Amino acid sequence: MADSANNTSVSFVREDMLEESAAPSSSVGLVHWLRENLFSNWFNSVLTLLVIYILYVIIPPLINFAFVESIWSGTNREVCATEAQGGVRPDGWFGACWAYTDAYFNQFIYGRYPDAEQWRVNIVFVMFFGGLAPLLVPSVPFKQANIIFLSIVFPVATFILLTGGNLHYTGFLLPDAVMEPSAIRFWIDYVILTLVVLAIGLGIARGTHSDPLPTLKTVLGLMGGLAIILVIFEIPFGLQTIETDRWGGLLVTLVIAITGIAVSLPIGIALALGRRSNMPIVKLFSVVFIEFWRGVPLITVLFMSSVMLPLFLPEGVHFDKLLRALIGVALFSAAYMAEVVRGGLQAIPKGQYEGAMALGLGFGQMMRMIILPQALTLVIPGIVNTFIGLFKDTTLVLIIGLFDFLGQIQSSFTDPTWASPVQQTTGYMFAAFVYFCFCFGMSRYSAYMERRLDTGHRS
Amino acid sequence: MALQDVSQDVGQPKVAIFNDPKVRGWVYQVVLLVAIVYLVYAGVQNMFANLAAQNIASGFGFIGRNAGFAISQSLLEYSQAESSYGKVYMVGLLNTVSIAFIGVILATVMGFIIGISRLSHNFVVRSVATIYVETFRNIPLLLHIFIWYFGVLRLLPQPKDSANLGLLGLLNNRGWFAPKPIPQELFFLTAAAFVVGIVLTFVISRWARQRQGKTGQQFPTFFAGLGLIIGLPFVIFLISGLPLVFDYPVAGAFRPKGGMTVIPEFMAMLLALSSYTAAFIAEIVRAGILAVDKGQTEASHALGLRSGPTLRLVIIPQAMRVIIPPLTSQYLNLTKNSSLAVAIAYPDLVSVFAGTALNQTGQAVEILGMTMLTYLGLSLLTSAFMNWYNARMALVER
Repeated sequence: MADSANNTSVSFVREDMLEESAAPSSSVGLVHWLRENLFSNWFNSVLTLLVIYILYVIIPPLINFAFVESIWSGTNREVCATEAQGGVRPDGWFGACWAYTDAYFNQFIYGRYPDAEQWRVNIVFVMFFGGLAPLLVPSVPFKQANIIFLSIVFPVATFILLTGGNLHYTGFLLPDAVMEPSAIRFWIDYVILTLVVLAIGLGIARGTHSDPLPTLKTVLGLMGGLAIILVIFEIPFGLQTIETDRWGGLLVTLVIAITGIAVSLPIGIALALGRRSNMPIVKLFSVVFIEFWRGVPLITVLFMSSVMLPLFLPEGVHFDKLLRALIGVALFSAAYMAEVVRGGLQAIPKGQYEGAMALGLGFGQMMRMIILPQALTLVIPGIVNTFIGLFKDTTLVLIIGLFDFLGQIQSSFTDPTWASPVQQTTGYMFAAFVYFCFCFGMSRYSAYMERRLDTGHRS
Repeated sequence: MALQDVSQDVGQPKVAIFNDPKVRGWVYQVVLLVAIVYLVYAGVQNMFANLAAQNIASGFGFIGRNAGFAISQSLLEYSQAESSYGKVYMVGLLNTVSIAFIGVILATVMGFIIGISRLSHNFVVRSVATIYVETFRNIPLLLHIFIWYFGVLRLLPQPKDSANLGLLGLLNNRGWFAPKPIPQELFFLTAAAFVVGIVLTFVISRWARQRQGKTGQQFPTFFAGLGLIIGLPFVIFLISGLPLVFDYPVAGAFRPKGGMTVIPEFMAMLLALSSYTAAFIAEIVRAGILAVDKGQTEASHALGLRSGPTLRLVIIPQAMRVIIPPLTSQYLNLTKNSSLAVAIAYPDLVSVFAGTALNQTGQAVEILGMTMLTYLGLSLLTSAFMNWYNARMALVER
């Protein structure tokens, strides 16, 4: 035994590794992949061939229409019509008329906003996307400054840039008999209002034997801030006033979608808190409000805000069409937002509420500092999804006569300069492409946030 | 408010009345109530003042008055000369319900097929399903409707050279002209056989389930049911001498004559609604199937079930519990989205009642109130039905 163990020349154990032999040809490469994925059994094979046939029927004509046969430049309908239709193309030609979308591109973006003033819209777009991009990337710092920019600076600047600012106030409290309507009366009214609010605040502070200083600071800070914004709106910047009926295209789409989501978020949070409240009247009101708006179609809401809302307003008060649509859209999406936020609130463990109460925080402090930051972070994907829905739903405003992006495209079909059989198909293709880019981009972001927020813990 | 007042246990310190959470709660609620009541009161006051100023009548008197406009599709007898606004409401409601009902069925079938395809092992099928879902749900529904209506159905041939679909009738840009079945005298036998078939199938499936529970023997319920529901009426139909005559449409210079018409607005709405909603349903189905633990598949394979029965008997019943609640809201969405019909003038409730009737009478408050309450009612009905169904399907736990 010992002898054989020492004898290294006679060995029954392999000392060097054998070369790996190649896998059998049936289990590698394209053939294997095809067999495994496409033709694993007769049913799969039939399915594969069927789907490939359907693709063959759809894809080549589509590419042919959009790229091969398409026309990219031209000045009127002749380039996009066949000879029989009074154009220059040979008979039987069928391709996209990108020359038409190119000619209308400006209108699709800005509507009838005057050419000379379009730089104002451009600045708004740059401010918005410039402010939003760093907010969306979680690793970029200065989130708080970013949010302040987007929630205060941006709306004020946008309002002035888009409408022209230079508002005239006429007062709201004192009757005409006391003083003629003027800016001075407005500011007197404003001071009176501030004093009233201050008095209530101090009264409460006194009643609860607490320090009146924080109340004083909050009230003065809020009213002062509001006053500054109002003053800025009053300043004549020398910008031409542009009525909202000249706005259109992508501008209106974005204004409605973004205002809608921005206004609906705070209302939605309030409604969600109301729905989870212990106070019966508050709870009932929130439930009825939410279920009502969720139970009716948006189009009836828009009809209501455009036809019924003016009836409820006192004489002499007129909202313009865009504002009325905005009110309808905001109330409608607030109900959906409330349900999204409620989902987030329910996902916060009870220990967080109890911990906050044990620390002696009041309801407002608990929500502001402990619960809402966690709940809102959790529902970012839900908020983005609501926004996608709202963005798609903005197309409905064309039914009440506003010209959003789709409405602008729809209205361009009436122009005889570009009237041709391919005009509508081209226009719809372009609209579908633009909406797809926006919505698909947002849904990818939402999916990314969902993966990021998914900690892997499942209850 | 949610803070617990534990101070009683320590003795009674002097608490300011405003710091008592209960008192505070009631103060907030009273303020809210007063605000709501004031807003409603002021709104109604303004409304009456405005209506009086514009000389618009109020009240529901208009419902009995003659509407005097034509409606292109009606499931009820409707005439321009005689029918009232009440009739307009009913016609619109029936049109809304019919498009929603057919749309829901189509969308569910398509959604399940696409959702299961998204999980297929077949690369081509899976990718096509994914592309379908991503494209269709990221394009606004209104654009879908426009594309189907203006982009596709308008390109169909003129009535004078209608496409002949053979047994299915004619197709042109005025709609689909299907042959109209006219039942003859003995047709009631076939109908009766159909009803008998359904009842018998129920009885047999009960019996088969009980027998399987006792003895473990299976009975081909599906094929037996198929034979009874389809085969039996068919045999009776043949025996009683084909008592059904079809009225075929005949192509003419304008509209084809005879047959029954499916207007292009209906087709466009149906195609757009069902293909759009199918994309959402597909995602719900996929998520539902993925929510079923993989161990279930493995266990059922280990028990010797093949992939078909595994899907049908093990996976889908469990996935249904996850699928049903979001599916309900998709059905509700489809019903509400059918109101977009107003954009292409399909005569649904919003289009004829909240559109034309409102423009004629000017009674916005009454008409929009009725319309919104109707949709609210439809939504509540659907969700009540689905809640009942969900309760039946829910896991029965100890």
